[in-house]
Amino acid sequence: MPEEPKPAALPDTPEEMSRRQFFVKVGVGSVAVAALGTAAFSYEYLSPNVLYEPSPIVDAGKPDHYPPDSVTLDPATAIYVVRTAEGFFALSAICTHLGCMTAYKPDLGIIACPCHGSKFNKDGVKIAGPAPRPLPWLRMWLSDDGNLMVDRSNAVAIKQLVRV
Amino acid sequence: MANTLDRLADQVRENRIWRSIFRSGTGESNLHRALTVQQNVFLHLFSVKARKRTLEFRATWYLGALTFGTFLILVITGILLMLYYHPSVPQAYADMKDLQFVVSSGVFLRNLHRWSAHAMVFLVFAHMFKVFYRGAYRPPREFNWVIGVVLLLMTLLLSYTGYLLPWDQLAFWAVTVGSNIASAVPVIGAKMRFLMLGGTAVNANALLRFYVLHCVILPFAAVVLIAIHFWRIRKDGGIYPGESPAEGNAK
Repeated sequence: MPEEPKPAALPDTPEEMSRRQFFVKVGVGSVAVAALGTAAFSYEYLSPNVLYEPSPIVDAGKPDHYPPDSVTLDPATAIYVVRTAEGFFALSAICTHLGCMTAYKPDLGIIACPCHGSKFNKDGVKIAGPAPRPLPWLRMWLSDDGNLMVDRSNAVAIKQLVRV
Repeated sequence: MANTLDRLADQVRENRIWRSIFRSGTGESNLHRALTVQQNVFLHLFSVKARKRTLEFRATWYLGALTFGTFLILVITGILLMLYYHPSVPQAYADMKDLQFVVSSGVFLRNLHRWSAHAMVFLVFAHMFKVFYRGAYRPPREFNWVIGVVLLLMTLLLSYTGYLLPWDQLAFWAVTVGSNIASAVPVIGAKMRFLMLGGTAVNANALLRFYVLHCVILPFAAVVLIAIHFWRIRKDGGIYPGESPAEGNAK
């Protein structure tokens, strides 16, 4: 047999890994996987799945509780129920700057934030201060028994009045 | 009389029980003095020798030591305050009021905790200014400066988390504003706020999380970093002695 195939290493084959290097790679790899898993589990653990927070849907009561042309703040739920000549709408009382609760100033006819001095008109449009956005209008509807209902988690883009 | 006391002290120090606790033994030699520091688990963080001028008032104004002193006061008063405080809504506010008006010495401990916290923030800043203007942050001490910056962050986080615990109007709105600042971080801001508060608003979960951060996680991290900070002083060649013995006349 003149042509014995040569067992020499192929030119592009990487150097063979030693047993030690292999186990180091396996070890580091498994620690990395475990660390990723721990990070994922920690993130899941720290995010509550159930929140015992008040419902975002608020029963604001009968429409005739609100005098005509009035702005009424409910501090417990942080919403304004605004009654104009045409109808009702709900406005979030949470300042869009850093989340403080605003207050309506009847003598000035404006909504003002005590924390950093933002001012809004009765439609929630910003007049002054650092607030980046107007106060959002919240979805409002009449329940079957004639109560005004507000969904605080649902800001509406189109400003519509609830007519009673 | 003095001789009798000295002899008595010597007898105690040569006692077998004493020698089993303090391995270095006692004596007048520098070796014994060095061993006392080197073989003590707490003291061995520090050097056995120091340049005399680094221990003078003008070198450091003792600002680092004073900061550590306020930290010790805060740990002790904090643990005592924990004995009367429930981190729950609305009990937390009532407990805080009880500490002020009902618990013996409660108002003293609460005020000591509060004023020490203010003093610690002030002293940390003063310490950092002193280190900066003396140039003590330069190599080989630059990593200890970095640990110091992290310790500044720990101090501020401890102040911020402790601010919520009285559960009064000031606490509630300060943390509402603070957590909304956190949510201004791009992309992950809202998620960060959710994890920080354990909900969508400052509520019972937020109070409990801030309590655990304030009483366990942050103090533990601070103690570890303080230990490294002290140990690095020794490793980096002791307290910065200044550019020349007559400091201020250098160059």
